[in-house]
Amino acid sequence: MAPDTLPSTGEAGVSEIERYLAAQQSKSLLRFITCGSVDDGKSTLIGRLLYDSKMLFEDQLSALEADSRKVGTQGGDLDFALLVDGLSAEREQGITIDVAYRFFNTDQRKFIVADTPGHEQYTRNMVTGASTADLAIILIDARKGVLPQTRRHSFLVSLLGIRKIVLAVNKMDLMGYDQAVFERVVAEYRAFARQLDLTDIQAIPLSALKGDNVTTLTGAMPWYQGPTLIGHLETVAVTDLRANDPFRLPVQWVNRPNLDFRGYAGTIAAGTVRPGDRIRVLPSGQESRVARIVTHDGDLDVAAAGQSVTLTLTDEIDISRGDIISALDGAAEVADQMEATLVWMSEAPLLPGRPYILKVGAKSVPATVATLKHKINVNTLEQLATKTLSLNEVGLATLSLDQPVAFDVYRHNRDTGGFILIDRLTNETVAAGLIRSAIVRTVPWQILDVDKRARSQMKGQRPRVLWFTGLSGAGKSTIANLVEKKLHAHGRHTMLLDGDNVRQGLNRNLGFTDADRVENVRRVAEVSKLMVDAGLIVLVSFISPYRAERRMARELLGPGEFLEVFVDTPLSVAEGRDVKGLYAKARAGKLPNFTGIDSPYEPPESPDVRIDTQAMTAEQAANHIFTLLSRFDEDADLVDGAAI
Amino acid sequence: MPLHDGRAIDVKDAAVLDSILKPPSSPLPAALAGALPSHRLTHLQRLEAESIHILREVVAETQNPVMMYSIGKDSAVMLHLAMKAFYPAKPPFPLLHVDTTWKFREMIAFRDQRAADLGLDLLVHTNPEGLARGIGPFTHGSAVHTQVMKTEALKQALDRYGFDAAFGGARRDEEKSRAKERIFSFRTDQHRWDPKNQRPELWQLYNARKNKGESIRVFPLSNWTELDIWEYIYVENIPIVPLYFAADRPVVERDGALIMVDDDRMPLKPGEVPQQRRVRFRTLGCYPLTGAIDSDADSLPAIIREMLLARTSERQGRVIDRDGGASMEQKKQEGYF
Repeated sequence: MAPDTLPSTGEAGVSEIERYLAAQQSKSLLRFITCGSVDDGKSTLIGRLLYDSKMLFEDQLSALEADSRKVGTQGGDLDFALLVDGLSAEREQGITIDVAYRFFNTDQRKFIVADTPGHEQYTRNMVTGASTADLAIILIDARKGVLPQTRRHSFLVSLLGIRKIVLAVNKMDLMGYDQAVFERVVAEYRAFARQLDLTDIQAIPLSALKGDNVTTLTGAMPWYQGPTLIGHLETVAVTDLRANDPFRLPVQWVNRPNLDFRGYAGTIAAGTVRPGDRIRVLPSGQESRVARIVTHDGDLDVAAAGQSVTLTLTDEIDISRGDIISALDGAAEVADQMEATLVWMSEAPLLPGRPYILKVGAKSVPATVATLKHKINVNTLEQLATKTLSLNEVGLATLSLDQPVAFDVYRHNRDTGGFILIDRLTNETVAAGLIRSAIVRTVPWQILDVDKRARSQMKGQRPRVLWFTGLSGAGKSTIANLVEKKLHAHGRHTMLLDGDNVRQGLNRNLGFTDADRVENVRRVAEVSKLMVDAGLIVLVSFISPYRAERRMARELLGPGEFLEVFVDTPLSVAEGRDVKGLYAKARAGKLPNFTGIDSPYEPPESPDVRIDTQAMTAEQAANHIFTLLSRFDEDADLVDGAAI
Repeated sequence: MPLHDGRAIDVKDAAVLDSILKPPSSPLPAALAGALPSHRLTHLQRLEAESIHILREVVAETQNPVMMYSIGKDSAVMLHLAMKAFYPAKPPFPLLHVDTTWKFREMIAFRDQRAADLGLDLLVHTNPEGLARGIGPFTHGSAVHTQVMKTEALKQALDRYGFDAAFGGARRDEEKSRAKERIFSFRTDQHRWDPKNQRPELWQLYNARKNKGESIRVFPLSNWTELDIWEYIYVENIPIVPLYFAADRPVVERDGALIMVDDDRMPLKPGEVPQQRRVRFRTLGCYPLTGAIDSDADSLPAIIREMLLARTSERQGRVIDRDGGASMEQKKQEGYF
């Protein structure tokens, strides 16, 4: 467009602006961080981006010119770093000391830049800047190559879940724009970045000071065929993949303007939602359906990750700030213990065992760091044993919360998987946390207020299954009976499931074919599991001849909940006793598929307890099992601190 | 070719406008209220959602919040976002206007109309000592006027009502020290800001826990630019004070600034005669301290067009920013918003 056809403020010009404004409404937003060492030229690069994208006004330019003459480091030439280094203290020191946010626009995009410092002691600021960024620019001085700081920045970027990297090899002008220099730096970086799972890397040779390859490809590096820095930032894909994940709405605020309206306001952290969708509220586990998506501009048919909305539900259920309204399929995790990476941000070191406030989503809950597994040397990625974390240290910890909360692992969702720790006395934000996994997985498919843990705590015992297996007549029921009496005498709540009895009721319809034997054991295993959920100590006395079914039963139950007791009596001894006269009948062919006679028994390969009935009496065996049981519980207590 | 503000447009400006106005490669959008088909949010949708999230977070975590309402375009956007954040409820906090008594008359009329239209609780506070001493920009200068009638008055109002959180419409793109201020910015019981001791803000998690006597200034528009504000006003059709639109107004020229003669308190220098000029304001404050610009822009598209061509930043019209490089940072440390 030539100057003489420039639209006036008349009708034509205005309609052209209206078209422009319509186009602006489809513009996307890219948030990125710049990471570099003190002298890599970060502030200069950002100043250059602002200058080249015409975001500077005349008065800012004249102030820059004046400042450049007064305190500039470029011998009177424009010192772009002065545009960016905002606080007067750091202008005097000549370094950036905090996170600063900068803004610029191009035709394609709006950009928000977090300028984060490269100093070692400011890891916390870089983590802060990275927490909201979609992309990271890692700045390298072409003269120096990959430095320890480069490794640290890349580790933190990878830790915070940023996958898109621009490797900006700066100060190419000082290396004669030499292609070999660029390629050496890039190869060195890629080799290192692979360890961090950073693979989406765009390398660009630059001179931020001279402007080479920032907005235009210059003739200085004809060997470089890739995009300019701006060209890449404008076109790199920033699709919000969270929209494809199961729905999550952390409830921020319950909106109750009158008795007829109860809405749940929040920012959608993942997925999409439509009226009619079935949802589950966590941690309570209650189910309902979405009635409306209410906004000031009218109800919506659909809303997606990133939007701030208010939902109403079809049922009146109790929901508070901090709950997560979640998709029915693929609901969020619920737990009161978790493993997480911590980035320590306070001058006061971490004290394991001290209660902090943990804030995840809209939920704040007291929490302690139960154990510190290790800290990570951010320069070498080496894991070191530690008892505490100091300012800017990164470590792996387990946390114990006062109550179960709903969340996701950080890898799946930043907004439901990232948390902060707050000191209860100073109210300072002392740490950033990234959840890696739930430790005690509280099953989220039913209302959790009264759960296995609560029931067993009321009974003061550790629920489990003692699974007695062995040949018919081996002595299983006799021993199991004695063990139950002992437990009962010690105030334990128990239940004995005996094969003969169960076959008269629950399993009346089953015979002794292989298939029926499998089903017989499956049913008993499921019943045992329910009884363990009820907090009981269950004694199962079943021949259960096949290893596979006993393994299935073991896997149904939690770790440590299934104890296999092998009542080991040789066939000849059992047959010799023949208390019930069954072996005689079997030998006479009146009982087909009898274990040990014409149906196999697979003895356990490594039972938790083996009872040699030829070496001890039934009473001695029961005492032995009771003693072992107490010892198992003590060992378990050492592991997770729960009371028997 | 002469432009409306009298400056000649050069080839560089024309190229800028050309690049701005060229047709977009991407298809035209759905309405702002709904998600795009691909569920990709636009920049204004992301900014809107972030601001609403911040507004709700403060209401959920503080006891007695207030919204500073300065009547300008940023306040207009912030108020509009508050109407959205709590809909169908009304924003659960009052508006507070610190009235220096030197605001444009049209601003005051607009303020009262807006509060009435929206049915919101509007508090107006003027520093009574300042009023008694007759503090004003003409008699005491801009520095004393701002200190007594704005900064001191604001502290008085916050103390008087016991507000523990105050929303402000400041943006990080306005000024260098604001670029480094957190969204939740804590003030001591003396209302002082300590730039070296700010809490890190990660993800969308804000730590709103206060020590005794502390209060929070919260800036929901931190990540908006001036252009974003205008685009949003246009898209959402938000009412703004008519002073932003060009009209014939009586002005005098002083120290290169066009000052509107808004009432008869303005002392005219010998020989100084107000002239009718077609002007508008890019920013609004106390009328003696706010410079107008020559302009024909009498509609939002025209204002935005003018802004895209402008090579002068908006705060230039404000007299208080010119007292040295670190001026705003100092004022903020003393308790200025």
